[in-house]
Amino acid sequence: MTDNNENSDVTPEEEGRVPKRVIGTPPSVGTQELLPREEPGEGGSGYVLDEKKARSAERVAAFFFTLTFLASIAFIFFYAVWPGHVGNIQRATRSNYTLGIALTLIFLGLAVGMTIWVRHLVTTKEIVQERHAISSTAEDREAFNEFFQKGAQESGLIQRKLLRRTLLLASAPLGLLPLVLLRDLGPLPEKKLRHTKWKSGTRLVVDGTGQPLKATDFNSPGGIITVVPEGAENNLDEIATSAVLLLNLPVDQLKIKKGRENWNVGGIVAYSKICTHVGCPAALYEQTTHHILCPCHQSTFDALDSAKVIFGPAARPLPQLPIGVDSEGYLIATSDFKEPVGPSFWERGRPKA
Amino acid sequence: MKWITAWRRRPWAGYAVVLAALAIIGVAYAGVSPRTDQAQASDAAASQQDVAKGKALFNQACSSCHGANAEGTKNAPSLLGVGAASVDFQVSTGRMPAMNLGAQVPRKKPIFNEEQTRQLAAYIASLGGGPGVPSKDQVNPDTGDAAMGGKLFRANCAQCHNFAGSGGALTGGKYAPPLDKATPRQIYEAMITGPQAMPVFNDTTVTPEQKRAIIAYVTQTRAEPNPGGSGLGRVGPVAEGLVGWLVGIGLMVVAAVWLTAKKPKKKQQND
Repeated sequence: MTDNNENSDVTPEEEGRVPKRVIGTPPSVGTQELLPREEPGEGGSGYVLDEKKARSAERVAAFFFTLTFLASIAFIFFYAVWPGHVGNIQRATRSNYTLGIALTLIFLGLAVGMTIWVRHLVTTKEIVQERHAISSTAEDREAFNEFFQKGAQESGLIQRKLLRRTLLLASAPLGLLPLVLLRDLGPLPEKKLRHTKWKSGTRLVVDGTGQPLKATDFNSPGGIITVVPEGAENNLDEIATSAVLLLNLPVDQLKIKKGRENWNVGGIVAYSKICTHVGCPAALYEQTTHHILCPCHQSTFDALDSAKVIFGPAARPLPQLPIGVDSEGYLIATSDFKEPVGPSFWERGRPKA
Repeated sequence: MKWITAWRRRPWAGYAVVLAALAIIGVAYAGVSPRTDQAQASDAAASQQDVAKGKALFNQACSSCHGANAEGTKNAPSLLGVGAASVDFQVSTGRMPAMNLGAQVPRKKPIFNEEQTRQLAAYIASLGGGPGVPSKDQVNPDTGDAAMGGKLFRANCAQCHNFAGSGGALTGGKYAPPLDKATPRQIYEAMITGPQAMPVFNDTTVTPEQKRAIIAYVTQTRAEPNPGGSGLGRVGPVAEGLVGWLVGIGLMVVAAVWLTAKKPKKKQQND
């Protein structure tokens, strides 16, 4: 190894190998050297290969390149024979498979072949690049500091206090401007989060079929069905807040909260299907335990006890919808939910917000 | 044993061992995990003879838990009024007679054959009440409206059984079973009787026609191909993400290690 850490005494032979320095580029100090400096030996400066192993590596690489070639032909063939845009979805699937596999083989063959080539057949020596400290040299830092101090002096920023302070004053509100603009995000949801499509007299209809339910129809103990307000069967925006889980519970086990005596119809109760945690559809009902489970975070509600939270991250019970029957015997809501459904929001606790 | 020593020192031996272990575990699990045959049954009417034979079978296999007159004990519920559909579901899916009483009785190979199942059902039905075994037409998936069934399934079934019927976990060791082995008749019977923790969907809430639609949806979904290759249990983005990250990133790590490893089998000129 020749000592090339000193840039000053460059030997004539090195002169030719180091390109001329372009203005603005860092000086080619030894630590940034990329080319291995070594006296060439008798057979050249690189590695010497074992000819037998080299030949087998060559064959392997050639195999992968041939694979790429064949896969390319296959890609064109499959594209021409089974175009994905003609025919049915099965055909598109098959087209995706064949084209995807062919394309995979094309690029994989190239990459593997080249890697084997580089690892086994290229005789260039590995280059070790030394890492150096990221900070500038001491002289550079000194020079910058001097320059900065001089600029501060000459501009008068240090002596002229009034100028400096008014400049700071002028720029302070500038930082607040984006915050003021944030206020334009909106509008706020107003009362939309507090009300659903349910109102007194709205019939409960089965989600999916739109068929109204009689209390006498929904008479099997342990029954459950998802219902939506009549008239909103196809309105997903409304269903998103109004979906209700209708349960047929054993009336003798029901723990009815004070003020909710008229909210069930002989053990048929209705709870909001939207979890009070983050709004997933909480509808995994076990008829043996009467637990309602939310699939997202395992919040568990006791259907017998006003959907009280018995496990999980939900903070509030599922809101209960007061229900009754109309003159024809169909199940109806007797009012909207008495509290906002779904997860918390900032203004939830404010009564008149 | 020399060859083992030589072999295990090779650079890829570690990867090979891990792959082989995974393959062995996978094959062993597939071999050990239980498989069930589908029970086929006809819907012949119950006769007095069936009832008598059913009672004999009941006394032999069921009465120890359900009581001598099917009135139930502290270990098992009363079967009075559960109906033939419930018996057919429980026995034809192999759930009853139960092996042991855990959080949930699993599906297994049925113990009774088709005829014995019919006789048991006839006996329990003769005790009064309950839904009967549905007819072939009632459960024929070919005549069901799969689109409507899909709507009903997603609103009322998918929360527990998953959107593709792959099943899912409940509380306390209970689970909603996957629907891949359930026959159309068993699906119908499950809806109408509500076995174990499953709620009931009676005929006046979800009509027989709508039940047939749900059956059509479940069976057609089962037959759908997996456009992305393996369905990964059809449990959705969690399994897909896991495989994507583990396999995808794993392969990239292996590739990176290979690319940057020291070049093998080259000697220095002056060595």
